[in-house]
Amino acid sequence: MTTIEPLQQHFEDTIAHEHRIEPRDWMPEGYRKTMIRQIGQHAHSEIIGMQPEGNWITRAPSLRRKAILLAKVQDEAGHGMYLYSAAETLGADRADLTDKLVQGRQKYSSIFNYPTLSYADVGVIGWLVDGAAICNQVPLCRSSYGPYARAMIRICKEESFHQRQGYELLMTMMRGTDAQRQMVQSAVDRFWWPSLMMFGPPDEASTNTEQSMAWGIKRHTNDELRQRFVDMSVPQADKLGVTLPDTALKWNAERGHYDFGAVDWDELAAVIGGNGPCNIQRVAHRKAAHDDGAWVREAATAHAAKAAKAAQG
Amino acid sequence: MSEEDEFGAYHALTESEDDRRWAFGTGFTDALEGVDTTVPDGVDGAALACYCLMLGDDALIYSHRLQQWITRAPELEEETALGNIALDLLGQARMLLARAGRADRTGRDEDRLAFFREESEFRNVRLVERCDNDFAELVARLLVFSTFRLALFDGLRTSGDPVLAAIAAKGVKELTYHRDYAAQWVVRLGDGTELSHNKMQAGLDVIWPLVDELFVPHPIEASLHGVAVDVQTLRTEVDVVLDTVLATAGLDRPATAPMATIRGRAGRDGVHTEALGYVLAELQSVARAYPDATW
Repeated sequence: MTTIEPLQQHFEDTIAHEHRIEPRDWMPEGYRKTMIRQIGQHAHSEIIGMQPEGNWITRAPSLRRKAILLAKVQDEAGHGMYLYSAAETLGADRADLTDKLVQGRQKYSSIFNYPTLSYADVGVIGWLVDGAAICNQVPLCRSSYGPYARAMIRICKEESFHQRQGYELLMTMMRGTDAQRQMVQSAVDRFWWPSLMMFGPPDEASTNTEQSMAWGIKRHTNDELRQRFVDMSVPQADKLGVTLPDTALKWNAERGHYDFGAVDWDELAAVIGGNGPCNIQRVAHRKAAHDDGAWVREAATAHAAKAAKAAQG
Repeated sequence: MSEEDEFGAYHALTESEDDRRWAFGTGFTDALEGVDTTVPDGVDGAALACYCLMLGDDALIYSHRLQQWITRAPELEEETALGNIALDLLGQARMLLARAGRADRTGRDEDRLAFFREESEFRNVRLVERCDNDFAELVARLLVFSTFRLALFDGLRTSGDPVLAAIAAKGVKELTYHRDYAAQWVVRLGDGTELSHNKMQAGLDVIWPLVDELFVPHPIEASLHGVAVDVQTLRTEVDVVLDTVLATAGLDRPATAPMATIRGRAGRDGVHTEALGYVLAELQSVARAYPDATW
């Protein structure tokens, strides 16, 4: 243990000074494992998150909206790739992480286990789901793990672009026909509460928060971020002209925040536990794509090996 | 970074909107904004419009088939590559459909043309309509399509219609990448394993009957002398590229006969395969369900 102690001290000093831990630095195994899990699950979320919106690419009601949506879903694949790369700097392997995902051994954001039922859902996902993701992720641009922090800066820029596009779609739809306004309201009704759940369980029930805050890989508690999201979203809902589906939502001048109703934690537990509306479908779809592509990946590997051998002469 | 800065992006959402500032690349509503779309003297606007629909529909329908691959590709790199190609073709389709709607003076915009025409009004070749059976078929068709379209667009760069020439000049860069991407995969799969070789050969065999139609001259093209490209002149160039790729991959050029037409009529005349109806049912469903809506 005596050899570890100076390394441990250096690690702790680095964190204390808000400097970054880099791939070649010594780090406690617990930190490494937690980071691999956090980054891996974030990568999985990007990849699974392609499905609910990808569901509407071929049916987008204008060619401009189709181009926007296609580019957005493509961005998500890109985010997934550089997050898996960030995890690989910790010694993880993309293929192994993918196996964990398709075998249901690692999780992804619970929000993607909800269905997208109309084109308005595309806009609401941009506004609320990407909005909540930004609230969660912007503090991660200061994550103590360097490669993750740098990936998050780029991802957050693109996410805020997506959020604007989503909000702009909703604005346009609200200026359209009654049927479109109803479509937007229905989408908000379905996605508001699941968006609040994206911040995770309440602080008193969150098991990982304390250690993650100490390691500088989490910067705010779940409840703090949830409150911030509610406070930011209410004026945006007003401007849009939609009603957030919460009768308890009310400005509290004393607190300087909006009060809001109780989140249905049983629903979150069910969705995290695998019984959300789309859990089985999402993982099965990802697994099918991965399995169907196995022969292609094998062929590429075999070709590369032959080419390398030929190059050696 | 202060907390205010941290969440600045979110707060800025409801600030005054200057769409151009952030909607880079995909935000434009008029694909030909700022372009002089006057039809040149001596060019028949209706024929030019029809020609633009042929080229635009090829891109629109093939882009749709590529979009169907999103979330189904064998690797994440392929997800982004196929998304890229689908986006490029969608961009080409938008400009060409917009050009068609101006040239024929009907004032139909890209969406009117994409979402509210009937199947028999679509002018695409039959090659772009079918659903890929697997990744080998995808890259086989992409190789043929992009090789043909690159040769065509290369010729169109000197078209007598400056709008078409500009669209082609932009497209050449995109199509060069599409062809390169497809060729690399055909070689990988042809050379890789016995299984991939067999699948790759089967993929080529299945699409080959639809290749000849690409080179059948249409009266509309013939009427647009100096504006349209005579597709017959592209055959040699395309064959050389395809033969080179197939030889590198160790694959045989299929000997299958061309798919018959119906009394000489095929895709360019609005006579399609059964597959197109399903593409349009999907493509047009939301737009047609809400014809008064704005998106």
